[in-house]
Amino acid sequence: MDNTFELSVTVNGTSYHEVVDPRTLLSDFLRNDLGLTGTHVGCEHGVCGACTVLLNGAPVRSCLIFAPQVHNQEVMTVEGLGTVDDMHPLQEAFREAHALQCGFCTPGFLTTLLPWLEENPNPTEEEIREAISGNLCRCTGYQHIIDAVKLAAEKMN
Amino acid sequence: MTYKVIGKRVKRVEDPRLLTGGALFVGDVNLPNMLHAAFVRSDYAHARIKSVDVSAAKEIPGVVGVYTAEDMGDAWEPGPPLVSPPPTLEGVTFNSCRQVPLVKDKVKHAGEIIAVVVAESRYIAEDAVEEVYVDYEPLPVVTDLEKCLEPGHTLVHDELDTNLAAHLIQNKGDYEAAKKQADLVIKRKFNLDRGAAAAMENRGIVVDWDQKNQHLMVWDATQSPIPIRNGMAARLGLRTHQVRVVAPFVGGGFGPKIMMFYAEEMVLPWLTMKLNRPVKWIEDRKENFYATTQERQQVQEVEMALSKEGRILGIKQKIIHDTGAFDPYGLTTPLNTQSHSMGGYDVQNYNSECFVVFTNKIIVTPVRGAGRPQGIYVVERMLDIACRELKLDSREVRRLNFIKPDQFPYDHEIIDQAFTNLVFDSGNYQPAYDKALEKIEYDKFIKEEQPRMRAEGKYVGIGVVPFVETTGVGPYEGARVAVESSGKISAATGVGTQGQSHMTSFAQIIAEQLGVEVEDVSLVSGDTAEIHWGTGTFASRGAVVAGNAVLAAASDVRLKVLKLASKILETPEEELELEGGMVRVADLPDRSISLGELAILANPFRGAVEPGTEPGLESTKYFGPAYGATAFGVHGMILEVDPETMMIKIHKYITVEDCGTMLNPLVVEGQIHGGVSMGIGNSYYEKLHYDENGQLLNASLADYLIPSSAEMPPIEVYHQNTPAPNNKLGTKGVGEAGAIPVPAAFAQALENALQDYGLEITETPLSPNRLYELLYKQEE
Repeated sequence: MDNTFELSVTVNGTSYHEVVDPRTLLSDFLRNDLGLTGTHVGCEHGVCGACTVLLNGAPVRSCLIFAPQVHNQEVMTVEGLGTVDDMHPLQEAFREAHALQCGFCTPGFLTTLLPWLEENPNPTEEEIREAISGNLCRCTGYQHIIDAVKLAAEKMN
Repeated sequence: MTYKVIGKRVKRVEDPRLLTGGALFVGDVNLPNMLHAAFVRSDYAHARIKSVDVSAAKEIPGVVGVYTAEDMGDAWEPGPPLVSPPPTLEGVTFNSCRQVPLVKDKVKHAGEIIAVVVAESRYIAEDAVEEVYVDYEPLPVVTDLEKCLEPGHTLVHDELDTNLAAHLIQNKGDYEAAKKQADLVIKRKFNLDRGAAAAMENRGIVVDWDQKNQHLMVWDATQSPIPIRNGMAARLGLRTHQVRVVAPFVGGGFGPKIMMFYAEEMVLPWLTMKLNRPVKWIEDRKENFYATTQERQQVQEVEMALSKEGRILGIKQKIIHDTGAFDPYGLTTPLNTQSHSMGGYDVQNYNSECFVVFTNKIIVTPVRGAGRPQGIYVVERMLDIACRELKLDSREVRRLNFIKPDQFPYDHEIIDQAFTNLVFDSGNYQPAYDKALEKIEYDKFIKEEQPRMRAEGKYVGIGVVPFVETTGVGPYEGARVAVESSGKISAATGVGTQGQSHMTSFAQIIAEQLGVEVEDVSLVSGDTAEIHWGTGTFASRGAVVAGNAVLAAASDVRLKVLKLASKILETPEEELELEGGMVRVADLPDRSISLGELAILANPFRGAVEPGTEPGLESTKYFGPAYGATAFGVHGMILEVDPETMMIKIHKYITVEDCGTMLNPLVVEGQIHGGVSMGIGNSYYEKLHYDENGQLLNASLADYLIPSSAEMPPIEVYHQNTPAPNNKLGTKGVGEAGAIPVPAAFAQALENALQDYGLEITETPLSPNRLYELLYKQEE
């Protein structure tokens, strides 16, 4: 049975050519085929936002997209944001403000916030609450995340 | 005691890995040759299985096997009881009915596992699940807590002649005599419903049996790796050294991840040993609603006797506690409810009768708060109601009834979840309560803000509720601390992390003792290869029990360091100081030696280790408290109700917490924020809707609403420090505290906002719809 798809995609600046089952979710492709396990899967029905990645710079839920849908496009995951030794200011801000506890939802917050902060460099608290309201976190009550976003805005300006 | 590192707002050492996608969660474990499991779960809450046809599923290419209970043979046995019934109480009835790996004859809740498919990919395994045909004979369903005890009612467990899982009475003083002295006796019935823990990471387990090495490797998203290791070894007929359980980074626990053993934790090890290949199973969100434990459902009838001054003379209580289809966790949750039904008050007469019942619903085990929110809810609601009837200021009544500082240790003369006497170790309640009233500007709100906003047509209300939390229970935890030849410190504890910042706050304790940087301490939590003994992360006990074990081990290493350095530097120990990774002579900083050099000298290649000493700068110590450390706190909120939509908005939220010594205030505040968030969910947004057939109607995150950033108010956290007297650090737990008083404070604020309607709230959670129904009923 020849039921495969030859997928070309750029992820975090690296080109990949992989043969996949057409029904492979983007989240599973990133995690299992490319080994980029920083993208987490919390609900598999597009609600929690943990699996958010950037598709051509815009946040999308990778659990609601089939891998072939990103053919010839650009994906960015949390692994593309910074490294342990050289974190992005947004990551630094999350650490300074204690904006993560278990850290499972965190990659989705970071990928949601990266383009948003570029478009909204001086956000109000109300705007931040709205911006992250599609990402669920069970540990923090969001307060330190909001502090971190304010701090990140300062750092990124 | 003044500390250099403990108590500081230290940034977490675990964060860089978590922030860059480099931290290992169970779902990230992918092994060569690995198989994937998917489960066939019952659609019915109560049904007899007539037959299971797995033949079509087996035909699917890529399916390696499909197994039912029969295939397990002698390996099939129910899970072990986690917590046995209390041996210290006479007259306790306890019917132990434990969950099974695969159902043999009758399913007892929707979501129970009937068969398991193993395949080359998760996609194929899930396809095959759809091809397994189960022929059910549906049975009447047990869902109603009160009716299920009536004679002749359908039974969850046929081998029992009742749906009663447990019955116990706790008694202190003489309630009936106290009642005769009372000026007011009030009686109310309370309905407290179920919620989900809803950790963002679902459960998961990867198992790998190495036939040649005769070793089982397990990665499990569990809160208690060591008991899981012990239990697995026993079930599989292995020695404990043949099983290594790693709970790596775990994406939130909140209680349910400690319920060893889940059915999946019994099936997966059997599969890997049978198939000789690694097997992986990661729970999906729907399974998390149908198979991961839940909590909070109780019906309570409570009576409170008071003097006309508002002194509580006694409390009488009947609790019906839903344990779902099985009761592996014993009486922990209802005992916690009893332990908190007198709040932080000096109550001399208490009589509580508890019925634990089986229903055809998902198993109940502790969820953050673990029975405590229900206790605090009823006592605080009763006080609010009594104060209205007595026309007394509820603040004065609370102050009057608080246990006073000179009454500690306060023995409640009932038993707690640890089966020891419920003793509150210490506390200073009124200053914390007054501080909360001040911070929320109670007087100003009542005298100025509320009338002004009411005149504008706004319904705003205030609620301020104090609470206690028994924390830091035994039996014990351990820690191992070692100086490596690099001078860096390695440490381990059996208390795994689900976000509690153990790798940082425990490192702070070690850094304080050994004079190193927090970053120089590498702490492993949750790997049975690193430490042999321990229980797990639950009951707000990490900072208390494991924290003090870490302190004991680090202190012991410090002694060893000083002893060796004293010999080498030819200086008395008391003249030495540990700083910057060095041991120095206090007045002569040039005379020093690094911890790394000392570690090398402590592990010589030649010569002999002196009799009576041990090689290395290493120590393993344990801490087991006789009884827990009781934390205290007060939560206050101001909320507004929209009279048309019944939506609420919380304008202000403050907390005053007394958790004794704080290891890291940043972490403490984070714990409280998260607890409050869950508490707000428990109060208004989160209810598991079961229908009369035992079907869960809102089993998705789209339908079961946990608070988002849009619903959460900013939270102000204030501290008070009454150190715990029975542990050296003086710590009290704080992990669950945030969630405990919220429903009680919410109800008080809501009644205050809607006082024009004379609404009395005796149930939780509410929702806009339910609030509308209550008000509408009131108007009728």
